[in-house]
Amino acid sequence: MSFFLSVNGTPHDVALPEEVPLLWVLRDELGLTGTKYGCGIGACGACTVHINGEARRACQVALGDVDGPVTTIEGLGTPENPAIIQRAWLASQVPQCGYCQSGQIMQAASLLARNPNPDDAEIDDAMAGNLCRCGTYKQIRAAIHEAARLMREG
Amino acid sequence: MGRIARYTRRTFLVGTAALAGGVAFGIWEKLRVLPNPLKPEEGAATLNPYLIVGADGITVIAPRAEMGQGVQSTLAALVAEELDMDPVSLTVLHGPPAQVYYNGALLSGHATYRDTATPGLFEAAADALSEIMPKALSLQVTGGSTSMVDGFEKMRIAGAAARETLKRAGAARLGVGVDALQTRDGAVVAPDGRKLSYGALAGEAAALDLPKSVELRPQSAWKYLGRDTPRADTLAKSTGTARFGADMRLPGMRFATVRICPRLGAGMVSFDASAAEAMPGVEKVLDLGDGIAVVATNTWLAMQAAEAVEIVWEEAPYPPTTEALERDIAAALDGKANTVFRESGDVAAALGSGEVVRAEYRVPYLAHATMEPMNATAWLRDGALDIWCGVQAPLLARDRAAKVAGLKAGDVTVHVPFLGGGFGRRTEPDAAVLAARVAVQMPGVPVKVMWSREEDMTHDFYRPGAVARMAGVVRDGRAEAFDAHIAAPSVSRQSTARIVGFAPPGPDKLHLDGAIDQPYGIANKRISGYLADVAVPVGFWRSVAASFNGFFHESFIDELAHAAGADPLRFRLDLIAPVHAPSAQVLETVARMSDWANKPPGVGRGVAFTWSFGTAVAEVIEVRDSPDGIRLTNAWIACDVGTALNPRNIRTQMQGALIYGLSAAMGGEITFDGGEVEQANFPDYDALRMNTAPRIEVEVLQNNVRMGGVGEPGTPPSMPALANALFDLTGKRARVLPLSRSFDFAL
Ligand code: FES
Ligand code: FES
Repeated sequence: MSFFLSVNGTPHDVALPEEVPLLWVLRDELGLTGTKYGCGIGACGACTVHINGEARRACQVALGDVDGPVTTIEGLGTPENPAIIQRAWLASQVPQCGYCQSGQIMQAASLLARNPNPDDAEIDDAMAGNLCRCGTYKQIRAAIHEAARLMREG
Repeated sequence: MGRIARYTRRTFLVGTAALAGGVAFGIWEKLRVLPNPLKPEEGAATLNPYLIVGADGITVIAPRAEMGQGVQSTLAALVAEELDMDPVSLTVLHGPPAQVYYNGALLSGHATYRDTATPGLFEAAADALSEIMPKALSLQVTGGSTSMVDGFEKMRIAGAAARETLKRAGAARLGVGVDALQTRDGAVVAPDGRKLSYGALAGEAAALDLPKSVELRPQSAWKYLGRDTPRADTLAKSTGTARFGADMRLPGMRFATVRICPRLGAGMVSFDASAAEAMPGVEKVLDLGDGIAVVATNTWLAMQAAEAVEIVWEEAPYPPTTEALERDIAAALDGKANTVFRESGDVAAALGSGEVVRAEYRVPYLAHATMEPMNATAWLRDGALDIWCGVQAPLLARDRAAKVAGLKAGDVTVHVPFLGGGFGRRTEPDAAVLAARVAVQMPGVPVKVMWSREEDMTHDFYRPGAVARMAGVVRDGRAEAFDAHIAAPSVSRQSTARIVGFAPPGPDKLHLDGAIDQPYGIANKRISGYLADVAVPVGFWRSVAASFNGFFHESFIDELAHAAGADPLRFRLDLIAPVHAPSAQVLETVARMSDWANKPPGVGRGVAFTWSFGTAVAEVIEVRDSPDGIRLTNAWIACDVGTALNPRNIRTQMQGALIYGLSAAMGGEITFDGGEVEQANFPDYDALRMNTAPRIEVEVLQNNVRMGGVGEPGTPPSMPALANALFDLTGKRARVLPLSRSFDFAL
């Protein structure tokens, strides 16, 4: 059985059992390793991607249940042409080890899509599912405010 | 003028190491001639082991693992400063494992150990363990918060030597005297404005001898060091393009996972893989002796199949429950002390002379829980083994992997990608070794061995559980006597035994880090260490023994302050100020930052101070009651690192270390039942999140004369500061961690 998947605008036919989580389709099958494995049970947010523009934990979505186009960190922007939110991450020098940051950025991007000017409490609330063992929360919060400002200014 | 450094080409590193640390130690002779591990591509000149100057730019080989602490960028900045070029224009690579990258600061024992000591204050003891362990670990270790201490001069000398050599090459080409030349933005510049890029001069420079001595830029002339320069890895880590070990991909690579005996150190009686072998994507189930590996076409399929293997495990080689382990650790206190530091006075007499305050504290085993679970990729072909693994000690990993693969060390290459967190966990070579064992059974096939989070959490080298019995006397508002008896399994002994095969007897000083050498002028002070012989694997956890000793020491100082009826910050300051001014200054600074004297109504505040890894850190934590439970509202950190090479990086390391410590203090514990770890994934072993972490402010001072560590010293004071804040808020003194056992936190 094969499944059709659109990832970052590219169509794929994936021949894997339907219960394989999207995370492991992206990482092992499609080679999109920007999306990370941290817990496999929806408890850390490292695997966050967008499906239909909504932040989802890729470890909790089975291949057979993917019901729309997928965007991963690689689809958000590139080193040559980073997205606004990634520029904000640069400006705030957010990452330490960096392992959680793809998930943080994808989560933050979906927050900003819904709420272009979140306050601290809204940011804390939206980001609570994304663990960072290096403790970069302060810089993440600053980067989200910065991204909101950059987006407002166009 | 900058300091003059002397060296010759042959003894380059030895010479610089001697300058940097004034070190002299047993394996010196063996290290005298160090091969250059870099084989630059055609046309690039290797000026020394830290730099490759090529036509397309300069690459800095940063000999330290990047695990989030920004070390590679700061080491590169040291080179860039001397080369007069923007650090961002340099390429930074992790060095190949080679002895030239040995960590001199770690080798010199605890290089920072006696830093606060004013002459005659403390009494040193011979220390067989701490002599042998660094030698055993001598192999390119990123740990002990020593990277900057070690690299501070070496990297600058490397840059300066390159600069002077390039200038001489440029002088010949431009027909100008060397003294007339300047260097700017990656080029040698003549007085008339003509310039030649370093790259263009690389070939000629390679033919020249390196200078016999170089002048280093004085601190007052620094353009990049001492500033908040951006890190080199931020863009890659913000675009999903940074490669971690887990991201390794090779042609024809298979995806594997392991299940190793959950009774740590025990083996496997039998297993039945018939169900697993029939599952989709599964290619092989391998017998590893102490567990199994499943090799498949997809990591998740491998993990599903691994769960389906039925395994009968052997019994654990240690008491099977937390209660039994705690009993064994506490029992060590009734035995003979391993080490007694009589830091001052006569404690026994002083304890007999007044009303004694007594307290017993207990802390649990802790896991590292790096964000990236353990993993390694290994590929055995044509008698050579390549391993890709995020390790803090790559040479150790190489040697261990060679052993299990039956190869010579020279036939094994360890490649070190980014580390998704280290915190000490990745000093252990176990993930690389396990991958090597899998690769040996899959010759010719590259295999990535990815551990599940559950496997990672249940197969750690844990921060040991520890117990302390404290006694003290206060008089006239001051501490008169301080007596600590501290028991825990010995991290040094276990890790030394793992590395060199035996653990030498003798005093274990590392076991008392964070308790001894605290710059408190207490007239009668004694610290006694007891080692519990418990076989649960223990290892280096961010700040190592200071992670428990900081809690014991600073909780008890707080109890003494309370007994003395004194303000806990003032009480500390009065004891510290006469001993060590930089330490007193961090306390004064944190008092100012938190406006300690004007505590807002309704909050609890606690302070703690720990000297560790050569850095003084004082922290204040503020807590507040809320309808959902207690919240951590604010935290203030003042630290003194001597010389701050990248202040922003230091602030974020301090902040991260505080969060790491608070996470453990609030809810972290590893418990055992049936010989198996009971916590498997983040819901059982969670950490502070954005909504539960306090707001944090950090100030970095530079009053101390020597450079201290940055990655670890923020952790030890965080735990007692929180416990002290909770006492201030509730009047309840928690002497057992985690604090969630005694308090309800808002989640
Ligand atoms: S890996 Fe998906 S939430 Fe942790
Ligand atoms: S940056 Fe390391 S886990 Fe977040």
